[in-house]
Formats: sequence, structure tokens, C-alpha cells
Amino acid sequence: MSEAALIGLFVATVQFGTLVFLAALGELIAERAGVLNLGVEGMMTMGAVSGFMVGLETGSPWAAFFAAAAVGSLVGGFHALVSVVLGADQVVSGLALTIGGLGLAAYVGRNVVGERPETQFTDLGIAGLADIPWIGEIFFDQPPVVYLTVLLGLAVWFVLARTRLGLAIRAVGESAATTDTAGHSVMALRSVAVMVGGAFAGAAGSFLSLYMAPGWTEGMVAGRGWIAVALVIFGAWRPGRLALGALLFGFTLALQPRLQTFDIEVLGLDVSSISPALLGVLPFVLTVVVLVIISWRHRHRPSVAPAALGLPYRREER
Amino acid sequence: MASTDADYAVWLRGIEKQFPGVIACAGADLWVRPGTIHALLGENGAGKTTMVSVLSGVYRPDGGEVWVNGQRRFFQSPADAIAAGVGMVYQEFRLVPTLTVAENIVLGAAPGLLRSAEIEERVAELSAAYGMAADPTRPVWQLSMGERQRVEILKALWRNASVLVMDEPTAVLTPGEAAELGLTLKAMAEDGRSIIYISHKLDQVVAFCDEATVLRQGKTVATVDDLDDVDLSSLAEMMVGSSGGGYVQRPPALEAGPEVLALQGISALNDRGLPALADINMTIHSGEIVGIVGVSGNGQKELAEVVTGLRQPSQGRVTFKEQDVTEASPADRYRLGLAYVPEDRIGVGLAPKMSVVDNAVVRSYRSQRRGLMLVMAKCVQFCQDLVERFGVRAGRLHDPVAGLSGGNLQRLLLGRELAEQPAVLVAAQPTRGLDVQGVAAIQSHLADQRADGVGILLISEDLDELLALSDRLLVMFEGRVVAEYGPDVTPRTVIGEAMAGQVRA
Repeated sequence: MSEAALIGLFVATVQFGTLVFLAALGELIAERAGVLNLGVEGMMTMGAVSGFMVGLETGSPWAAFFAAAAVGSLVGGFHALVSVVLGADQVVSGLALTIGGLGLAAYVGRNVVGERPETQFTDLGIAGLADIPWIGEIFFDQPPVVYLTVLLGLAVWFVLARTRLGLAIRAVGESAATTDTAGHSVMALRSVAVMVGGAFAGAAGSFLSLYMAPGWTEGMVAGRGWIAVALVIFGAWRPGRLALGALLFGFTLALQPRLQTFDIEVLGLDVSSISPALLGVLPFVLTVVVLVIISWRHRHRPSVAPAALGLPYRREER
Repeated sequence: MASTDADYAVWLRGIEKQFPGVIACAGADLWVRPGTIHALLGENGAGKTTMVSVLSGVYRPDGGEVWVNGQRRFFQSPADAIAAGVGMVYQEFRLVPTLTVAENIVLGAAPGLLRSAEIEERVAELSAAYGMAADPTRPVWQLSMGERQRVEILKALWRNASVLVMDEPTAVLTPGEAAELGLTLKAMAEDGRSIIYISHKLDQVVAFCDEATVLRQGKTVATVDDLDDVDLSSLAEMMVGSSGGGYVQRPPALEAGPEVLALQGISALNDRGLPALADINMTIHSGEIVGIVGVSGNGQKELAEVVTGLRQPSQGRVTFKEQDVTEASPADRYRLGLAYVPEDRIGVGLAPKMSVVDNAVVRSYRSQRRGLMLVMAKCVQFCQDLVERFGVRAGRLHDPVAGLSGGNLQRLLLGRELAEQPAVLVAAQPTRGLDVQGVAAIQSHLADQRADGVGILLISEDLDELLALSDRLLVMFEGRVVAEYGPDVTPRTVIGEAMAGQVRA
């Protein structure tokens, strides 16, 4: 295998990692607040189509990116209304978001299929660092969304760990009644968390349609939203572990289309003969393995999952 | 009254509150003067918790007025009540187990940016000021019940609450912790704060409190301005509306029947993987009540779980009706005739969102089925019989059990467990938190079962109850049975010393 192909694999790893990390970071915020949102795939798809269309219209990738975030947040807002404010089942509402989001995106984008954007994000080499061999090309010569996502990851960690708001979000995901009686609004905290989570997912979708695979086709998110949901579990609801998991999952995603071009043998097995479809299963298998391990390690301690995850809250219920 | 409104820290006037099928409050009143500890008394379902939930903004009243420190208040949420200076310590603590002590205390009243070291230092200062030891850096799930309660009180103090409401504060405490709590509350009252103290334990009410309000069926039936002027029995009388209640007559001694349950050399670990039981040997005969006494947390819970099959012992053997059941599942043991009234009525004992009927038949549905189907009419009939036999006041049988009061939940649970005539009944804290009539009803059922030849393992923290009912009394301390007393009267002081691990030869 050539050096260029190998570097290409790792560059793609970082980009796929960014894609699933950004979406999973949003889901992490919602889940830490106690709201399971299975609509990530739908929100990403809505972000992908709306970001691409705004990009076509304005020619500005940043306008497109933030428009996609706004749309993702609106779609998330629907989930917040149904499951947080009205107290409906979160699984049902989230699945409806995915199914509905895919359908709505296909309708909205029916006239732009196959169009090419005029401008898109350009790679931004960081002065001094981009020239380092290997490392520079892989980490420091990427589109700005990659760096922004890293900053968002740090910001989310800081807010959750070190601020009053973060404490309230962590608490409401563990026990809504406790947080309510402590004087925080459960509804406001959870709704905001879900909407911010939706914005992250929508933005991630537009990174796909604006940069990674410029253009719009139906079903282009192709299950990466579900990978983001799995990644939150894999990352044990911690931003740091989420980042590590994102690189691992990103690697499997980057490897999938390249696998059959690789002319190498591992343990006497011709790598190119492995089915890419099998590789696609790997993130979910890894997630289950990690889930089993952390459940075992926490058998004498409270679970790592937010204790109130998936439970609607009504104050006067006896 | 208008001129004296300001004299009261709390004035709840004519509070009305209805829940589906239940009138919780029907025009109840409560006046609390500043700097006093005020007892709020009443049986289960009298409306005490509803009253204080209105005061703390959790429930909005259907009618009536809420005045705090001389101002009329319309609380829309707990946040409003906190802002007005009302702090609440709930019966089921409102703490987040995975957060630290400091994080729990400042939750809802934290600075925008959390500087852990600074917050922990301020929390430590606050706990030192009131003599309440609490390590601010520890996660709450590691704390004992007494420590958790301290965290709850510190939470209210952190917000500088002028009114502190405590719902059944000593239900989860050891006697030593309860006495300590009394001192803390007195210190807070001397600071000018008012404390509303809900309890069933009348001796503690008399010891801790200055004044009292008695509720019955959602109405205020008596107020006592000075608790020094009344005695225990007259308070009890005000609560039930008639004298009596208390403990059942000691049942006559019986010839002990055959051995039905035996533990040999049982050791077991607790949920945290630490030793909880060490080399327990005991037997229960048919027609015998064996009482287990001990300060809570000395292995009683684990003992009940090992006997019923919910916890696997690490060593030893459990024999039931001459069969080795050490490996048998809880369901197998139930089928053999082992019934269980767990400490956690809601959750372990009953499923709160399921109906009265479903909860009644969930254990013994085999007699109400035809093929694979349950016959609803038979289920309802079974439930109806049970409700009548055990005097459960249940409203509608198809409503969730979550709406029932504690005493009725316990009657339902006990009735269900006794429905299939078990050989052994394990009853853990069966009368905890019940009103006087509920206690008497449960105790007389236990005595009846004993007379019918059931062997009963009775785990309780109420020494009077154990002394009244038990044929033999075993004292547990740090996972071991450290003393055994026969039916002859043993001085309470001797038992008390054994509970503390000091056994007299």
C-alpha cells in the first residue's frame, strides 16, 4: 500500500470521526439531561439537505453550516415538545423523528439532487503545524469544521463539569424530581439540551453534504446517525471517551470503502477479501462489548448511564 | 387575624387538594410561629405530606391560602418556595446519588462557574457550624441514610431557609442519629428558623417539638401550643379520634411445631461486595415468630434476601421443609410456601403503576388462569376477597396502587403473600411508617398466622413490636447473631447493649 493511500485513510478517519463526534456530542448533551433522542439520523439528514440548499443559494459554506444547525435544532425542538413538554414516550417520538426526517428531507431536496455546490469549506492548514510530516497532513490540514468540533467538545466538557448549568443538566439526567425541587426548571433544561443536541446533529449532517460528499442524495447519511447514538454509549456518556471512540469509529467508517483496494495480508488473510458490510457492523459490536464491560465494572456502583434516561417527568404524579 | 399574620412564619389557611379518587386535604389549617419546632401529626392519609407539598410548591392547592413570613404566596414551582425561604427534606431524599455531597448541596443555588475547591470549603464550613459532619467530596451513593439526611438539611441551610420542613425524618435513622438530629434542629430553632416536623414517633415528637397540629382526614382537628402540657396517649387519641390502637395482646405461648426453615453457616456479601452476613445459624419452627432486632444496616436486609432467594449466600446452606433450597430461585421458594413482605413496599413488593388487581394476582395467578389466559373475573374476585379480608381501602380496583396510602399498600401486600397459605413468612419492617390502626391490623394478622402454624421471620426496628410478638428474639450486630433471648421478659437495656455489640454473658 502506498504512503499516500495510508495518509488518505487517516485523513478520512479524522473527518469521519468529526462527523460522528459532532452528532454524538449533541446526543450526549440530550442524554445527560435524561432525554433519549433516537432521531439523530433524521436530524442529520434534515441538516444535510437544508445545509446543502442554503449553500447553493448563498454560496457561503458558513451560512449553510449554521442554517443546518438551526434546522437541526428545530427538528430537535419537535422531540422536546412531544417528549419533554407533553411527556410522550421518548423512543416512539425519536423514531418518528428519524422516519419523518428522512421522508421530509427527500421531499424538500427533490429538486437539488445531483447539483454541485459552487463553493465549499476549504482545508485550513494551521501555520507551522501543517508542515509536520504525516501528523500535519492528518490533523492540521483539515477543514475548519474539524477544529470547531474539537473546540465544541472542549466547551461541552467544560460546561458540564464546571458550570452551574452543567451541574443542573447532569442532575436532571439522574433525578428530575431532585432537580425540580432544587429550583431548576426540568422542562427548560431538557428542552434546551435536546435543541442544542439537534443543532449539533444538523451541523454534522451539513458537514457531510457540504464537504465530505458534496451534494445531496436521498439516504446519504447512511446510518451514521445510529453510529452516533451507539458512540454515546461506547463513550460512557463522557466527552473525553466519546472523542476516543469517535476516532475508532471514524477509522472503521474510513476503512470501509478503501478496504478492497488494500493489497495487504494480516495473519495470512487477504484484507481485500473482507466484506465492507461486515466492517459496518463493527461499531455496534464494539458498543455492546464496551457496554458489557462497563456494566460489569459498575456492578457495585451506580450505573454510568444517566439514571433518569428515557423517563418523562410530571411534577404532581403520586 | 390580619394583625397577627406577621407573627407566623407559616400560615396555611383552609388548604384543599384533591387527587383522582382521593381527597387529600379538605380545608386544613396550619400555623407555625418563628423559632419553634412544630409537629405535624396525623395518620397515614391524613394529609400531612400534601400540606407540606403545598408549602414547598410541589403541589398547587385547589383552594386555600399560603402565607410565609407574613406575605401571601402563590407558589408555581418549588423554585418559588425556595426563594421565599422554605426548605424541604423529603421522606424519600431528593439527592442525586452520583453527584458529590457538595454538588448536591449547591444544586439549584450554585454560582455560574463552579470552583470545586471553593465550594467544598464553604460546604465544610457550613456543616461545621451546625455540627453536622459531612465530607463534601464524597459521592452521595456511598453515604449512610443518616449522612444523606444531613446533606438534605445542609442543602436547606445553604439556601438560608427560614422554614425547614422535615417529612418523617427519623424513619431511616438509628436511635443515636435521631438524637443527634434533635440537637441539630434545636440549634436551628434557636437561630430563629422554624421547623415543621412530620412524624409518627410520638415519643420523639414530645422530646423534640414545641407545638403541634393534628390532622385527620384532611382537616385540622387539634392544635397544641405547648407540648409540655399533653401526654403521649392524649396525642395518640387526637390522631385516631378514639383511644386504643397500640400493640396487640401478646399471643399465648404455643407448643413449637416442626422445624420448617434452617440456615446453616450462612455468609453473604452486600451490594458493594463487602461482607454483610457472617456464619448465621438459625431455625424457624412452624407456629413460631422469630424476631430479628438490630440497628439498621447490620445485615437484616441481606438476611431476608438470602432466605427468600434474592441474594446468593457465599457460604452455607438454606433448608426449607427439609429440602436444600440454597440454589432455588425466589419463584421456586414461593411455590414451596415461602412468602415475603419486603422492606420496600413500592418497587420490590408492589409495582406502583399496575392496578390493585394486577398486583394482587401477580404472585398466585396460577389459580386464576385457564390454559394460557388469565380469567379476569376470577382475578377481580380474588382481589375483591383479599381487599375485604384485609380491610384494604383501595378505591377502584383497576386504578394503579401508587395512589394508595402506606397502610393500605401494606395490607394489600400482606394479604397477597398470605393468600396461598405459606409455611414461612419473612416480614421486613412490616409496620414501618404505618398509622396506629395500620400497625395494629398488621400485627394481629401476624399473630393469627402464627396461631395457624405459619413460621414467621419478623425483622423490625421497633423493639416494642418485637417484644410483644416474638417467641424468640435474635440480635444482629455486624452481620452476626450476637444474642438470642427466649419469650421471658428481657430488660430492654440488656437488648440495647447487645444491639451495640456488647453482649452480657
